[in-house]
Amino acid sequence: MDLHLQTMTELAAGLERGDFTSVELTESLLQRIAAHNDKLNAFVTITTDEALAAAARADQARIAGSGGALNGLPVIHKDIFCTRGVMTTCGSKMLDNFISPYDATVVKKLADAGAVVLGKSNMDEFAMGSSNETSYFGPVHNPWDLECSPGGSSGGSSASVAARFAPAATGTDTGGSIRQPASLTGTVGLKPTYGRVSRYGMVAFASSLDQAGVITRSSEDAARLLGVMAGFDERDSTSIDQPVPDYLASIGDSIKGLRVGIVRQHFDQGLDEQCGARVKDAIAVLESLGATTIEVDLPNLDLSVPTYYVVAPAECSSNLSRFDGVRFGHRAENPEDLLDLYCRSRGEGFGDEVKRRIMTGTYVLSAGYYDAYYLKAQRVRQLIADDFKQAFANVDVIAGPTTPTPAFKLGDKVDDPITMYLNDIYTIGANLAGLPAMSVPCGFVNDLPVGLHLVGAHFAEETILRCGHQYQQQTDWHSACPEAFE
Amino acid sequence: MSLDKDQVQHIAMLARLKLSDEEYAVSVEKLSKIVDFVDQLSEADTADVIPMAHPLHAAQRLRPDEVTETDDRDRYQENAAAVTDGLYLVPKVLE
Repeated sequence: MDLHLQTMTELAAGLERGDFTSVELTESLLQRIAAHNDKLNAFVTITTDEALAAAARADQARIAGSGGALNGLPVIHKDIFCTRGVMTTCGSKMLDNFISPYDATVVKKLADAGAVVLGKSNMDEFAMGSSNETSYFGPVHNPWDLECSPGGSSGGSSASVAARFAPAATGTDTGGSIRQPASLTGTVGLKPTYGRVSRYGMVAFASSLDQAGVITRSSEDAARLLGVMAGFDERDSTSIDQPVPDYLASIGDSIKGLRVGIVRQHFDQGLDEQCGARVKDAIAVLESLGATTIEVDLPNLDLSVPTYYVVAPAECSSNLSRFDGVRFGHRAENPEDLLDLYCRSRGEGFGDEVKRRIMTGTYVLSAGYYDAYYLKAQRVRQLIADDFKQAFANVDVIAGPTTPTPAFKLGDKVDDPITMYLNDIYTIGANLAGLPAMSVPCGFVNDLPVGLHLVGAHFAEETILRCGHQYQQQTDWHSACPEAFE
Repeated sequence: MSLDKDQVQHIAMLARLKLSDEEYAVSVEKLSKIVDFVDQLSEADTADVIPMAHPLHAAQRLRPDEVTETDDRDRYQENAAAVTDGLYLVPKVLE
């Protein structure tokens, strides 16, 4: 029946018709995972027993007529979300013994809606990386070319959805960690507005930038999941109290008259020429659907990466100070004294990139440097947000490339942090300004997927989802499946 | 190099990170590169710009000062390496 090739929307209809049960669906996907995961290393934990039990409950609920919006539908959680009774590692040795005593709000909401969790996906350590190579559990491989990176930090999620292990996976995005891996694996990746989805139970990296979202194969599925995940949560002090619209209600509406902003600076040097051509083709498709394009200016775009690499490490150094070897996480053996316990637990438990970011953050927050780096970066961040505000006065969405190049080889950039950081040049702005953004597959360069990046104004998820959906109605890039995983 | 080994040692101590000699050598080089890279921010004209505190300019919410959480100490302490009688154990702090 090729259940693995179906989107969540198609699977929901099949379950509803009784073509198959959730247990059958779950078993078939778990078999695929067991057969193929060795090639990808996409999981930290596969929750076979819990998944089958949840699927059986969903089937019972369906018979009783009481199932939720995602009843019996399979998902994978990025291993950054706390899952009660299941290991939650965040890709780190620091947490490789951590069994969460509670569920993240995202996990709880999906479970309450009847979703079946197949496992916890591999990721860059503490979500710090753009290639999945900083994971303590080893890199994830890209299903399109096993020598390439699937992107990061949600690389296990993107690889899983591309390899048809599940129709959807959760992710988190601090500087592009949902959209960049989606772009590099030919999947859809949605990062909502800052504060739209609760961060409660999501291991914190940079709290003013972190946002939970999803990786799927269709914009429609992303809309379906966002409707379940979004909403106010009193347990997250930065959660925003705004009603959640029905994201599916308007997704079929035409984009005739939609004003699409094209950023001059996006097509400057640094963008692979062929990627640029695919993105321009995609914009032409939007025009053919009645959208109008308008040139807009983001004059401070170049400063977004350095701004991010002050703000994010500063917040990370503060957030990760909780890992002290005392209450949870890795603890060094035979400490001489309390200071030695702290320093060695952290020195042993964190990997190179995490240590580098903690130290960068500590430096920019330290006496004598705070004004010159941290406050300065928060000022430039405001300039960048103002640029977007000005642009959105004239346009409804901004369209451009998600990444400068298609997937790169594992090992290619890992030794040079700056080159790795520049991979996020097009995505970081949306985090700095708190805007919703998504990546939609828009073609291939040398047999590797390319993504179209759509950014919306605050809380305009409906607009970018509709734009993505209408584009996907005209194209079938998202239906292409990597040969080895058909 | 914009940072030297002494500075990196100071930062590592502030961050409570024990690094090996080899890690220090690499850190001095890579952190210097990162600091040089973010130094380009100094060229931006930010006179009269108020530093951003929240991307949507939201204010911190307050809640009533009420007990809302149940006592789950035992369950939380299952993740700790050393506890006794509900207390977390650390090396002796006072002689």
